[in-house]
Amino acid sequence: MKVKTALLATALTTAAGATFAQEVTVMSWGGAYTKSQVEAYHKPFTEETGIKIVSVDAGNPATPIKAQVEAGNVSIDVADVEFSDAVRLCDEGLLEEIDLSILPSAPDGTPAEDDFIDGALQDCAVANIVWSTVFAYNTENVSDAPTTISDFFDTTKIPGKRGLRKSAKATLEMALMADGVASEEVYDVLDTDEGVDRAFAVLDKIKDDIVWWEAGAQPPQLLADGEVVMSTAYNGRIFNAAIAESQPLEVVWDGQILDFDLFVVPKGAPNKEAAMDFIAFSTDTQRLADQASWISYGPARKSSGDLVGIFSDGSTEMAPHMPTAEANLGNALVNDFEFWVDKDTELNERFNAWLAN
Amino acid sequence: MSDATLSPAAMADTMPEQLTTADGKPLKQALIRAQSHARRRAFLLVAPLLAFILLTFVMPIGQMLHRSVHNEGFTWHEDVASGERTRIMANLSQWFDQNELGTEPGEAAFAALAADLVVLREVKAAGQAGTRINYERSGSRSMFTKAARRAQRLEAPFKEAIVDLDEDWLDPDLWRVMRDASSSYTANFYLAALDRTKDADGNVTPVNENRQVYVKLFQRTLFLSIVITFMTFILAYPIAHLLATLPLAKSNLLMILVLLPFWTSLLVRTTSWMVLLQSQGVVNDALVSTGILADDNRLEMMYNQAGTLIAMTHILLPFMVLPLYSVMRPINPSYVRAARSLGATSWTAFRRVYFPQTVPGIGAGALLVFILAVGYYITPALVGGADGQLISNLIAFHMQNSLNWSLAAALAALLLGGILLLYWLYDRLVGIDNLKLG
Repeated sequence: MKVKTALLATALTTAAGATFAQEVTVMSWGGAYTKSQVEAYHKPFTEETGIKIVSVDAGNPATPIKAQVEAGNVSIDVADVEFSDAVRLCDEGLLEEIDLSILPSAPDGTPAEDDFIDGALQDCAVANIVWSTVFAYNTENVSDAPTTISDFFDTTKIPGKRGLRKSAKATLEMALMADGVASEEVYDVLDTDEGVDRAFAVLDKIKDDIVWWEAGAQPPQLLADGEVVMSTAYNGRIFNAAIAESQPLEVVWDGQILDFDLFVVPKGAPNKEAAMDFIAFSTDTQRLADQASWISYGPARKSSGDLVGIFSDGSTEMAPHMPTAEANLGNALVNDFEFWVDKDTELNERFNAWLAN
Repeated sequence: MSDATLSPAAMADTMPEQLTTADGKPLKQALIRAQSHARRRAFLLVAPLLAFILLTFVMPIGQMLHRSVHNEGFTWHEDVASGERTRIMANLSQWFDQNELGTEPGEAAFAALAADLVVLREVKAAGQAGTRINYERSGSRSMFTKAARRAQRLEAPFKEAIVDLDEDWLDPDLWRVMRDASSSYTANFYLAALDRTKDADGNVTPVNENRQVYVKLFQRTLFLSIVITFMTFILAYPIAHLLATLPLAKSNLLMILVLLPFWTSLLVRTTSWMVLLQSQGVVNDALVSTGILADDNRLEMMYNQAGTLIAMTHILLPFMVLPLYSVMRPINPSYVRAARSLGATSWTAFRRVYFPQTVPGIGAGALLVFILAVGYYITPALVGGADGQLISNLIAFHMQNSLNWSLAAALAALLLGGILLLYWLYDRLVGIDNLKLG
């Protein structure tokens, strides 16, 4: 009996130990992107604090948050989400507010509020990267290399299948830019019924040639397999396939759409304190710069820009691969989160109806 | 006849003394007690299953059905952390009660709105309320968040002040949507699930043609499910017959071939089909290398309806083979032989003697495959491309992306209702007793 009690007691303390040993669950987008975060954020954080990071992947980490919070069974501490999702989830009261004073200042003393790019700090979210939706092609499968966003929608110039993300966001903007709408006018045009019709008219022309993708890892695969000749993609994924895996892929920066990825903490996260520590740690100047040496996404802090150096292969200069590089910003669009939070329902409904027809 | 009329009273007459058990208790009571004991024990034995079904099946479905007509986005705000509930939009709701639909919103209405906006700001529910309105009227969410941000600074005359922020506040359609949403219970999500909406006067109208999608997808789901059921039947019938008539050793070997894919993960099977069928895939490569197809003329069998049909037919095939096999196995071959010896052609013998005996298996297989196909999600999502999507993919979309759970619930409830209707029809036409699952 005594042995039994002793055993039970040990079991209990171990179990308790396991729950109380600090651990933070971070949900991100998987693949090369998660890897960059593991290398730049997770490992140094564990080294410094002893808190273990559990990394979980999702096609879109915003997806499980509502279900978890409403069910009162939150298992994620930190999620990496897109801008419009961060705002929407915050509005619905599904996220913890983040006290921005926990964010460290830049090395030169600039307070965090001034150091982060405009819009990178929200009530419930702190941006870590600037990424972009670009289109890329496989140099082995295209004889006449595309140079502009219009080429993507031009099946006579470049015949073959195209990969597009199965979502109205980014797809409609690109269609309008291909149709000659200047990037600064895209959202004004898309705000009108005629503008939406116009975007769908452009998509209609290539509808039979589209392969739809959903997860970020798909486009490099589709391109490498030759399933599509061109595909929209997250720029970092193409960079990774082209540089780290030596695939013959080339990015076209014309018509790129810039967006933030932000860290959020779901309401009722089991390790809220540690989650906040993790966010503060990961978004300091050095970590953000470090992440950029693993994947070509721009850091959300101005002070990190100068520290961005060479890719982890030791030879590739990162700067020209950044979506924020001067040369790549020629015809770039910044995603308007307010527009998408408002119009998401309507445009996706129409998009779904268009897809089904 | 006389036996049948022996009533308990008559029996009591013939047996004046009450029957007792060995320990002297009246037999009747002892019997009742023993029976109720047995019943209790039986109940206790099934109680875990009952509780399990209640908890994991009946309750979630009930919750889902409730959610499809119930949405508190514009009536109550619940703080997730503390669970504290606050009534929101109370003033406006009162105004709606006092003024009927179509009343031009005047100063009183806007004053009520302004008071409610202050509450929204205090409990941080502007996004929630705006999102609820946004489900039915696009572009409303930011009107609420913007107005709530300035709520404290709004001053009389409120109508002017609020319209100053955004002219859309005068839109009669917005006021119709707010009126509907100010009650937690609404049938509007069912309207939306049937591609219908209400106009500013509350009349039900179809939504704009370029946004109609659900009815079409319901039809497509029904159509594809029927085609898939039929295809599995055509493929499974000969296989099941072969399995049932071969000697046991051989048929067991073949059975393993049927079951192996059945035991393989659904995702593995689906992605294998992708490898096989994509335009640079195994099948196309083989056809091109043998010269049957030109390289620039590859077949498109993936990311369209064909992909959904092929992959789902294969994945659901075992659900047809197994019930068919289970009814074919015990069919005595001598029946068909007898029919043949009596002069029936092989076709007649099959049609009149063999086939009718397999009908219960066909019914079971068809029902199983059809019901599974109607709710299938992952395979069409992966291989269906644009035109191979089923209604379940849109339910998932509203669960995960748009977060409009009420609409997802309404769509799911319609799907459930449709299946129950078909089940009822099946019962009327074929009879559910005629079902043999194994």
